[in-house]
Amino acid sequence: MKIAIASGKGGTGKTTLATNLASYLAQEHQVVLADLDVEEPNSGLFINGKLVLHENKDKMIPEWERKNCTLCGLCNQVCNFHAIIKLGEQIMVFPQLCHSCYACSELCPQNVLPMIPQKMGELKHFQTSNFNFVESRLDIGQEQAVPLIAQTLDYLKNNFSEETIFLLDSPPGTSCPVIEVTKNADFVILITEPTPFGFHDLILAVETMQELNRDFAVVINRHGIGNSEVLDYCEHNGIDVLAKLPNDRRIATLYSRGELVYKKVPEFASELKKIADYVLDLLQEDK
Amino acid sequence: MKEIVIISGKGGTGKTSITAAFAMLGGTSIVVADCDVDAADMHLLLKPDWAFSEDFYSGVIAVIDQEKCIRCGNCQSICRFNAIPKINDEYVVNELNCEGCGYCARICPADAIEMVEQNVGKFYISNTKAENKLVHARLKSGADNSGKLVAKVKKEAKLIAEKEQKEYIVVDGSPGIGCPVVSSLSGADYVVLVTEPSVSGLHDLKRVYQLVNKFGISAGCIINKADINQNVTDQIMKFLSDNDIDHLGNLPYDEDFTKAMTEGKTIVETQESHLKNLITEMWNKIKEINK
Repeated sequence: MKIAIASGKGGTGKTTLATNLASYLAQEHQVVLADLDVEEPNSGLFINGKLVLHENKDKMIPEWERKNCTLCGLCNQVCNFHAIIKLGEQIMVFPQLCHSCYACSELCPQNVLPMIPQKMGELKHFQTSNFNFVESRLDIGQEQAVPLIAQTLDYLKNNFSEETIFLLDSPPGTSCPVIEVTKNADFVILITEPTPFGFHDLILAVETMQELNRDFAVVINRHGIGNSEVLDYCEHNGIDVLAKLPNDRRIATLYSRGELVYKKVPEFASELKKIADYVLDLLQEDK
Repeated sequence: MKEIVIISGKGGTGKTSITAAFAMLGGTSIVVADCDVDAADMHLLLKPDWAFSEDFYSGVIAVIDQEKCIRCGNCQSICRFNAIPKINDEYVVNELNCEGCGYCARICPADAIEMVEQNVGKFYISNTKAENKLVHARLKSGADNSGKLVAKVKKEAKLIAEKEQKEYIVVDGSPGIGCPVVSSLSGADYVVLVTEPSVSGLHDLKRVYQLVNKFGISAGCIINKADINQNVTDQIMKFLSDNDIDHLGNLPYDEDFTKAMTEGKTIVETQESHLKNLITEMWNKIKEINK
């Protein structure tokens, strides 16, 4: 079962929840934590594990072979992303803009645009004492997170059984990278904070989940700051609030050092247990 | 006219709260652009009047005319995005998966596929309570093309700044290092990196700085919540001096930011807060550097 941990606004506690929940659930269950925030993956900073696999991830890009090219310009015409351009006697490829659709390559009458792999990022698989951790990171300068996320999800599918609890640490926002993660999830936990920014971005995230037809629930982080808008909204719209993680400077300090919180802050642990119990109930229903 | 872009790598470091404070301090001398288009929050503090709005179209997706379709399945076999499943004997487009490449439309023997332009959001030009203009946008839930909407917001902000002879464009960027960030960095004169002293904050700062460096833009840094972890703050300070990044100042961990936000105010509008003085000093430094 795949559970995505997402949020509209950044910095609301996705990684804190994902890492603590993974460690907590792994005490009795088979868990894989995957950091799919490939632009800025952070979960690994909180996890000590043994590296079991490290591989480059590629995307396919056309490469121009000048020799038999007639400079017909069809490649330039068919590319909707301006990723291949005919400039005088040259065909120029802009790998960052390429979506790997293969149109230019396969429609080229001279077959002079073979698709070749180009590195876009790296995947690492770690084993901790009781769970597996997979993270991918996008190379600096690569603009598209989606292909790397998709390949990482494939890796999860091919390497673990379906009974595993997959926790997917998502990127922030509501655009394509988040969609790529959440559209593949069985359930989404939206974590937010009870502030006007948190509230505003939660509504966007809720709308996105509704659009995708995903089941979801909310966790409130830093409960105690701000106001009651988030709680009122959830109550009014019949959205489950699974837990209220306390606003506590001790938590911020533990996080800043890269330490798990639940082992040291009992008020956090008791709320985390509520989320874990909910996830286990979902798992039961699923069976 | 100088374009100053505020980014953070990691989300939730206080980027928007600080940018909104700069927007108040800059007043009539600036134009503000909210380029965090998929979680745009600046309007919650600057109280814009939404004076002008326009739909934003970008990108296309495939639409199959079932009347014309001869069920040959060529479209499905060439699609690299699994966007054309066969449901009840009909080939249909999964809009979420369609990348808009147009390959299917091009090879369809029955000419049954049309690429249709997508309305992906709205963009706005508003007057704010800071007596300046805010260019902002809202991406539709789940929409693609945030990078292009960012480019549009920046372009409009620039036109206004040029026409009204403003000194600065202050741009609030998005988290991460991907296409919206790349789009907000293009054409920038100076980058302000807002970070926090956590292992994640430092990690993300280093990554986003590599990107800034690729663009060859000079940068300054604000360490927010600096007293949360002195050890990491020291590491950040060292990183800044090793890389010739201006240190614009530190802010303490202070819930006054949240209190002000809850009242719909920027921190510089609150009564005699020491934060107000610290942020004013930072803004003055940025102006001094970008004279």
